[in-house]
Amino acid sequence: MPMIYFDKVTRVYPDESIALDSVSFTVEPKEFVTIVGHSGAGKTTLMKMLIAEDRPTQGSIFFESKNIHKLKKKEMNKLRRRIGTVFQDFRLIRDKTAYENIAFAMEASGKTDKEIASDVPYVLDLVNLGDKMWNFPHQMSGGEKQRVAIARAIVNQPDIIIADEPTGNLDPINIIEIVKIIKKINEMGTTVLLTTHNKEVVDRVGGRVLTMEKGKIIRDDKAGKYIL
Amino acid sequence: MIITYFKRIIRTGFINFWRNGFLSFAALIVLTLSLSSFGVLIFGSAFGRTLIEEVKNKVDINVYFTLNAPETSILELKKTIENLPEVEKVEYVSREQALTSFKNKWKDNTLILQGLNEVGSNPFPAVLNIKAKEPSQYAGIANYLDGKDSLSKDGTAMVDKVNYNQNKLVIDRLGRIIPAVQKGGLIFAAILVVVAIIIIFNTIRLIIYNSKDEISVMKLVGASNSYIRGPFVMSGVMYGTISGILTLVVLGIFAFYSDLAIIKFAGVQGTQDFSLIVNVFSIYFKQNFGEIFSIIMGSGVVLGAISSYLAVRRYLNV
Repeated sequence: MPMIYFDKVTRVYPDESIALDSVSFTVEPKEFVTIVGHSGAGKTTLMKMLIAEDRPTQGSIFFESKNIHKLKKKEMNKLRRRIGTVFQDFRLIRDKTAYENIAFAMEASGKTDKEIASDVPYVLDLVNLGDKMWNFPHQMSGGEKQRVAIARAIVNQPDIIIADEPTGNLDPINIIEIVKIIKKINEMGTTVLLTTHNKEVVDRVGGRVLTMEKGKIIRDDKAGKYIL
Repeated sequence: MIITYFKRIIRTGFINFWRNGFLSFAALIVLTLSLSSFGVLIFGSAFGRTLIEEVKNKVDINVYFTLNAPETSILELKKTIENLPEVEKVEYVSREQALTSFKNKWKDNTLILQGLNEVGSNPFPAVLNIKAKEPSQYAGIANYLDGKDSLSKDGTAMVDKVNYNQNKLVIDRLGRIIPAVQKGGLIFAAILVVVAIIIIFNTIRLIIYNSKDEISVMKLVGASNSYIRGPFVMSGVMYGTISGILTLVVLGIFAFYSDLAIIKFAGVQGTQDFSLIVNVFSIYFKQNFGEIFSIIMGSGVVLGAISSYLAVRRYLNV
């Protein structure tokens, strides 16, 4: 059974522009899927649909056979705790330290103070930020912020990581670093769905590549090709 | 788990309040000013009530009797008037009391006392001083007195004059002005309260608007609405509590220094002439501190909490 199933999903914005045009695909558990495409191809809209930040105009999205957009509020909160999200603009809570940003995701999942105290330093060490635990986002570089965002995404041991252009705001050294971390997470058994328009990222990741153009999936390659 | 949940909400609320720094400070000032307007209303209504009571107390009807009116007939009339529903109290001043009071008043003025001695007998008539419950009721009382037989039982003329007609204009005006002032005060108070509530709501909404992106991130990591909203409501309660305390301090300072300010403004003679307005605020503040505390703190806390609750709700639909 696929973990994610997009069934003819279309998204038309109020200004009549089409962000997604009858998109269908599946993602299997533990798979690493990279979605590539130019800006405006519909990659971010597709990711937003998965975390129910946006709704399709037509079609349905299933997570383990449950229609995401028909879930009740409580079920939606539970689902979001099973999905780790990484954004291009990091989306850290600016008034919280690195530790508190990650702890918040654990608190939201109902973890105990003891679990938080042991797990947060552990994931920060995993992303090599043990020494920046008490820094606020404005005291960190782009690469560091993204690593905090990744730590936050993995701390609840989610079933899937959704990373929307996670290397978009980073320099080449940090890009390599972030890709390494995400690959490692996938190797440990977590499904990863990543969007990028960076060829180097696709080359380093390998695996399945979906290519998008004008809201449609135009290629689905198993061998990790970046053709645009 | 519930204890941990609330502990986290309270802790996060405190931390957010502290970390918001300048924004919290600015909000406290705006909230203090808005809550002070409630204080202005409280003091204004206390001052208005005192003023109206004073004016009402100064209005009365005096029935002057002839010098040979028998005291028993006067006291009988007093009893009858006291039974009228619109009468609050009737005070009888006998001829002897009027004379003693006059002598006491002018004891230092030998010229006047000498003149009084030259008159020989007591020139002062007995008086019934009548106070109505409301100024508008004096006309009815005066009508009653007009219709009353002005002769005593033995047929001698008893009532010399009733001073209502001389004071009619002032009494009638007061009867119209006082309800109008009370009504106007109520409308003004309602407007001020609405404006203060709008200002408080918008101030807190601005603070929460500043956190709207964070709220959406919290939603996306799976936090429940109540867990996101809790710390904001907690901060709102803190804004309300602290600005409530600041407002009470400001009102206290105003109440206790208002006497000095009034004396400075009106001058000693002016404050003696209008002694009613001095000490009103400080006495009212002391006597009604519990009530003032409840109104100010209650408004601050409730408005802070409700404003935060409503403002966050806007950004929870992610």
